[in-house]
Amino acid sequence: MPEMNLVQAVNDALRIAMREDDDVVVLGEDVGKVGGVFRVTQGLFDEFGEDRVIDTPLSEGGIIGTAIGMALYGMKPVPEIQFADFIFPAFDQIVSEAAKYRYRSGGEYTCPMVIRTPVGGGIRGGHYHSQSPESLFIHTAGLKVVCPSNPYDAKGLLTAAIKDPDPVLFFEPKRVYRAVKMDVPEGDLELPLGKAKVVREGEDVTVIAWGAMLFEALASAEEVEADGLSCEVLDLRTLWPVDIDTIASSVKKTGRVVIVHEAPKACGFGAELLSMVTEKCFVHLEAPPVRVTGFDTPFPYTLEMEYLPLQHRITPALRETVAYEP
Amino acid sequence: MQTQEQVVPIRTPESSFDDEVVTVIAKDGSTGPADPKLPVEQVVDFYEAMVRTRTIDVQLERLQRQGRIGFHIGSLGEEACILGSAAAMRPQDWIFPCYREFGALLYRGMPLQTYVDNMYGNADDPVKGRQMPDHYTGRAFRFGSVSSPIGTQMTQAVGFAWAAQKKGTDEVTSVYFGEGATSSAEFHTGMNFAGVMKAPVVFLCRNNRWAISVPSEKQTASKTFADKGVAYGVPAVRVDGNDVLATYKVVRECVERAARGEGPALVEMLTYRVGGHSTSDDPRAYRVQDEVEQWRRTDPVVRLRRHLETLGAWDDAREEELTKGTEAELKACIAAAEAKPKPALGTIFDGVFAERPWHLEEQAAELLNGPRAKDHH
Ligand SMILES: Cc1ncc(C[n+]2csc(CCOP(=O)(O)OP(=O)(O)O)c2C)c(N)n1
Repeated sequence: MPEMNLVQAVNDALRIAMREDDDVVVLGEDVGKVGGVFRVTQGLFDEFGEDRVIDTPLSEGGIIGTAIGMALYGMKPVPEIQFADFIFPAFDQIVSEAAKYRYRSGGEYTCPMVIRTPVGGGIRGGHYHSQSPESLFIHTAGLKVVCPSNPYDAKGLLTAAIKDPDPVLFFEPKRVYRAVKMDVPEGDLELPLGKAKVVREGEDVTVIAWGAMLFEALASAEEVEADGLSCEVLDLRTLWPVDIDTIASSVKKTGRVVIVHEAPKACGFGAELLSMVTEKCFVHLEAPPVRVTGFDTPFPYTLEMEYLPLQHRITPALRETVAYEP
Repeated sequence: MQTQEQVVPIRTPESSFDDEVVTVIAKDGSTGPADPKLPVEQVVDFYEAMVRTRTIDVQLERLQRQGRIGFHIGSLGEEACILGSAAAMRPQDWIFPCYREFGALLYRGMPLQTYVDNMYGNADDPVKGRQMPDHYTGRAFRFGSVSSPIGTQMTQAVGFAWAAQKKGTDEVTSVYFGEGATSSAEFHTGMNFAGVMKAPVVFLCRNNRWAISVPSEKQTASKTFADKGVAYGVPAVRVDGNDVLATYKVVRECVERAARGEGPALVEMLTYRVGGHSTSDDPRAYRVQDEVEQWRRTDPVVRLRRHLETLGAWDDAREEELTKGTEAELKACIAAAEAKPKPALGTIFDGVFAERPWHLEEQAAELLNGPRAKDHH
């Protein structure tokens, strides 16, 4: 099995999908000849040509609007937004159009497309190259939202997302892009959307994370293991529709939950997860659920490692949650 | 076919700008009829600002490669269009930047130390390390605030200009952007609003041929970017952006028109991005070196120097003094910036609102009582 990083795994999934289905096209800024600013689409231009790997003018509204049009006609566009921070010029097209086409047209028109975009901080990107806007899209009915944490999942989930009949936002944790390498099978690999993964089993507390923060959660779980705390760590993988069964059964077992995400706290996805946990597991809870998140400020540059919910903030949260006495 | 053409007069738009590019400085250093005929000290001042900008650019790029700053986005090759246009703005006028115009900000008077502190995002950075390097703000210099999202500044500049006009001031607003940004919705909306409102705004398009890896011919099917003025009823002009005198002359006229109440203008400044898009980019992946070499031959600094030499106003000794002086000044600023601490932890929570609401007080307390507080003074 070849070793791949997340960039290579996404590239591999795209290449296989494009070989299998002529309707799959890639479009975006700099995705063609140069293969994207993160080189995720590298080599696709040479293999599939400029008809299927399209360098567009600089307009996200244009990229997503035309991708929607292609999808309506019956193609399978996989547009790239260069950074999730630059998705907002396309927000109207995604929220008002892609998310609602199936519903508003009684299924006559649908938008099967995958919007790929790098997310997250820790790469010295400041306000506009670091954000994690997932909750804005989860909040919008009609969109699926995926965020893999590793190359294997990235390949399998992207393959599934491209085959999915509805619009999917595929958030790629850019801090992980080249930081993690692992064995990824050659050829077809498809992992179902909507399934979380128990990455580490434990008894005392459940930690819910995704993307780059999964590794911080795992590091904290290991750190507190020395004190005899046993953490169960869930990687959500698909954020929406979320795998409530896996979450609920874990929290019912441990009675405690810590939710970790980079996005700000207020109305972050953690707020929804916390509500769901409270609704589904209320009588099982032994401590108030806790969120460890980015602060409710714009994403800072110099102090980004203080802003992010890294190991140094997760570990005390785990200890306090387990030590909680009513 | 014939009759159909008569009944339905579909026309392929003809460019009205194709061969019309305002130029002043000829190859031999002499000047043409559009020469603004500025006092020689002022031309020397332009030259010094251009060389200073380039010297700083080169040093900052080096600094980034050494890992001492996180990022730099420079203006190598675009000095004439940036400084010529900035110099054409009158002291009371305003500049809304894109992100390549630190030369204009320094020209407007921001101390070099302040700019370098901003590059380091240290405690003396006016914005406390909140933004990436080269995302400066300079209200005191009638200069806006850089943000990364492409295009957003254009509609804002129109509104700003419009507000200044409503208040009865004699202030014109200019706004910089690359030719790639003409594909953004904000360009079209901004031009349209400016045309309708007759706002005193000058659109300064740096056509440097590249938007990261995308060449300008992939941004538009129009023959020129100036053509875009036609659709919005905004007067437009093309200028040789590697010619500081031509740029000055053209932009100055646009400013004066706007100040007279004659409305907005679009200036397409023809130039070339000699360096990578930023320090994160390696242009060898998408363009041939030949093209770069060709543009180097039209280098705006060399060109202006030739002109100054014809006036007997410049020589090697002055050049050396200027470059060495700038390097020394920059070196001192860098040393000072590196000795300064990071912004205090609590500054993360300042400036979200005028006053901190309870939830930010709570989050600030969490951070300041947290495990890392002791690592920060
Ligand atoms: C809305 C948005 N989309 C994408 C980007 C990423 N990006 C940064 S600069 C750039 C190219 C800009 O080209 P141009 O407008 O020609 O200006 P230049 O950099 O050449 O001066 C792109 C695509 C961004 N900053 N904002």
